Amino acid sequence: MNRIEALFARTERKVLSMFTTAGYPALDDTLRVCRALQDAGVEMIELGFPFSDPLADGPTIQRSNEQALANGMSLKVLFGQLKALRDNVDIPVLLMGYLNPVLQYGVERFCAACAEVGIDGLILPDMPVDEYKETYQALFAKYDLRSVFLVTPQTSPERIRMLDEITTGFLYVVSVASVTGNKLAVDDTRKQYFQRIHEMKLKSPTMVGFGIHDRQSFEESTAMLRGGIIGSALLKVLETSKDIEADVRSFVADIRPVV
Amino acid sequence: MVYHVDQRGFFGFFGGSYIPEMLVPNITELQSRYLEIIEDASFQAEFRQLLRDYVGRPTPLYPARRLSEKLGYPLFLKREDLNHTGAHKINNAIGQILLAQRLGKRRIIAETGAGQHGVATATVCALMGVECFVYMGEIDMKRQAPNVRRMQMLGTKVIPVTSGSRVLKDAANEAMRDWIAHPEDTHYILGSAVGPHPFPDMVMRFQAVISEEIKTQLPAQTPYQLPHSIIACVGGGSNAIGAFAHFLDTPSVVLIGVEAAGKGLDSGETAATIARGREGVLHGSKTLVMQTEDGQITEAHSISAGLDYPGVGPQHAHLARTGRATYVSVTDEEALVAAHELARLEGIIPALETAHALAYLPRHQAGPDQPVVLCLSGRGDKDMATYCPEA
Repeated sequence: MNRIEALFARTERKVLSMFTTAGYPALDDTLRVCRALQDAGVEMIELGFPFSDPLADGPTIQRSNEQALANGMSLKVLFGQLKALRDNVDIPVLLMGYLNPVLQYGVERFCAACAEVGIDGLILPDMPVDEYKETYQALFAKYDLRSVFLVTPQTSPERIRMLDEITTGFLYVVSVASVTGNKLAVDDTRKQYFQRIHEMKLKSPTMVGFGIHDRQSFEESTAMLRGGIIGSALLKVLETSKDIEADVRSFVADIRPVV
Repeated sequence: MVYHVDQRGFFGFFGGSYIPEMLVPNITELQSRYLEIIEDASFQAEFRQLLRDYVGRPTPLYPARRLSEKLGYPLFLKREDLNHTGAHKINNAIGQILLAQRLGKRRIIAETGAGQHGVATATVCALMGVECFVYMGEIDMKRQAPNVRRMQMLGTKVIPVTSGSRVLKDAANEAMRDWIAHPEDTHYILGSAVGPHPFPDMVMRFQAVISEEIKTQLPAQTPYQLPHSIIACVGGGSNAIGAFAHFLDTPSVVLIGVEAAGKGLDSGETAATIARGREGVLHGSKTLVMQTEDGQITEAHSISAGLDYPGVGPQHAHLARTGRATYVSVTDEEALVAAHELARLEGIIPALETAHALAYLPRHQAGPDQPVVLCLSGRGDKDMATYCPEA
C-alpha cells in the first residue's frame, strides 16, 4: 500500500504534515530536516524543490527557494540526496514544486527517479488539469505516485467534486485566498468554508494548508478536516536555527504536544 | 497554417494556462467571457470612441524621408509614440479597463517594466475612477524614474518589488501574488502579450488596431497596396503582435521581430529569448524561456527596461517556430546609436525599446519599391538619462 494511504488508514487523529524546502538551510540539510521532522512526530512531509519564480508563495518560501538555489540545489542534486531517503525516514514524502523544472528534467524521467528513491506523491500546483488527465495521469500511476490537487475558498462546488475525483492521496484545502505564509486566523468565514468542505463528504482525505503557524491555528483549521500542513512557520524556525533537531522538536511539540 | 489561438488557448505547441488553483476562478471567468464582451457592439463603440477622442487615434503613418534615403527603401513609421501617454500600451489598457468594468471589478493591478504600461494603466484608472496598484521592480523604478512620478501624480500606488531580480519578471510575479490574495474584486491588466490564456490573445486583439490602421493608411496615402515588411521590437511582444495581427494571413508580408541582445547573444547578459530560450513555462504559459538546465528562469539583461524579460509571448514563439515571422536581435550599443540617429535625421526621440527595431533597419533587405513599416512603439522622454547621461 502506498505510504500516504497507509497513513490515513492507520490513524484516526488529525494528521500533521510539514513542508520544507530541499537544500535548505544548507544544501546537505534535506534529509537531516526530514529525519528531524519524523523524529519530532510529524507524519507526512512535503518536500519542496526550489524554483526561481514561485508565484503562489509568500516571502518566507521565496527566500528559502532563493537560498536553496544559491546553495546549489537542483532536481539532479536532490535525487542524488534522496537515494538515502528511505534509510532515514519511513513516513510518506511528497515532492512539491512548480512544473517548469519537472518539464526540463523530463516528466517520465522525473517520475522514474521519484519511484526509485521512494517518493510517494507529487504536488504540482501549476500543472493544468487537462494536461494531467491526457498525459501525466497514466504516467504517475505507472510509477505509483499520488497526485494531489488543490481547492480554494473560491473553487466552485462542481470543480471541488471534479478535483476530488481526480486527486489521489489527499485533497489539499487551501485555507484562504492568499499566497503561503500569511498567518491564518480561523474566523467565522474560515469555519463556514471548512464546514462546507466537510459537509460535501468528499471521497479524499482533506488536508488544510496555508497560514497554519501554531497550535491554535492547527487545531481550529483541522477541526472538520483530516489534517493540516505547515510550511512557512517551519521555514522561519529553520532560517535562524542553530540546532535543527532541537528546534524542530520544540516547534512540533508546540503545535501538537506529545500524548 | 493557423497563427491564431485555438479553442484550448494554444498557439500550436505554445500558450495554455499553467496556473495554480488560486488563479483558476479569475482566469476561467476571463476565458469564458472575454470574446463575448469584446465582440459586443456597445463595447466596440466605447473602445473605438476612447481610442479616437482620448488616445488620439488613428496614429499617423509617417514617411521617414531622410532615413529612407539613407536606407535605400521607403520607410514608414507607425507613430504609436504620438498616442496619449506616449506609447502603444494605452491601446491595451483602454480595452482591459472597459472589460474590467463589464466584469464588475473595482480594483486594478498591473506590472510594469519601463513604466509605459504602468502609466497607461494609471491613466485609464484615473479616467474611470478606480483604484490602481502598479508593481514595479526596484531597479526599474530607478532607471525609469519619470514614469514613477507620472503614475503617482495620476493617483496610482506604485509598489516597489524587491524580490528576485527586481525587474519586470519579478513585478509580474508580485502582481500574480496580489491577484491570488484578491480573488474577487480585482482585475489584473497584464501589459504584454504574455501570461495564461486568454491574456496573449486578448492583448493581441486590443493592440491589433495598429495593423488595422496600417492596412488602410498605406494604400490610402501611398502608391503601395501592402507593406513589403513590418518591423517591431519584441520583449513580451505586444506592439509587435499588434503590428503583425492583420497581416498574419497575408504571407507576402515579411514580419520581423527585433529582440534585445543586451551585451551580445552569447555574453550571458541578453534578453533575446527567441534566440537563446528553450520551451518552458513562465507566468502561466508555455513559451520560449531563458532558463538553466534545471529549469530555473535566468535573469535577462537589456539596457531597455521594457525588453528586459526572459520570456516572450506564446504567439511569437509559435510564429518563430512556424517560420511565419523572423526574429533578429540588436545589442544595447546598437540601440543607443539608432536612437540618436532617428533624433538627428527625423526629429523623433524614440523609446529605448523602439530603438532596437530601428537599429535593425540597416541590415534589413528591401528594395526601393518595397515599403517597410516600423512600429514606433513609444517616445523616449523617459530614457533621457540613458541617452544623454551628462545632461
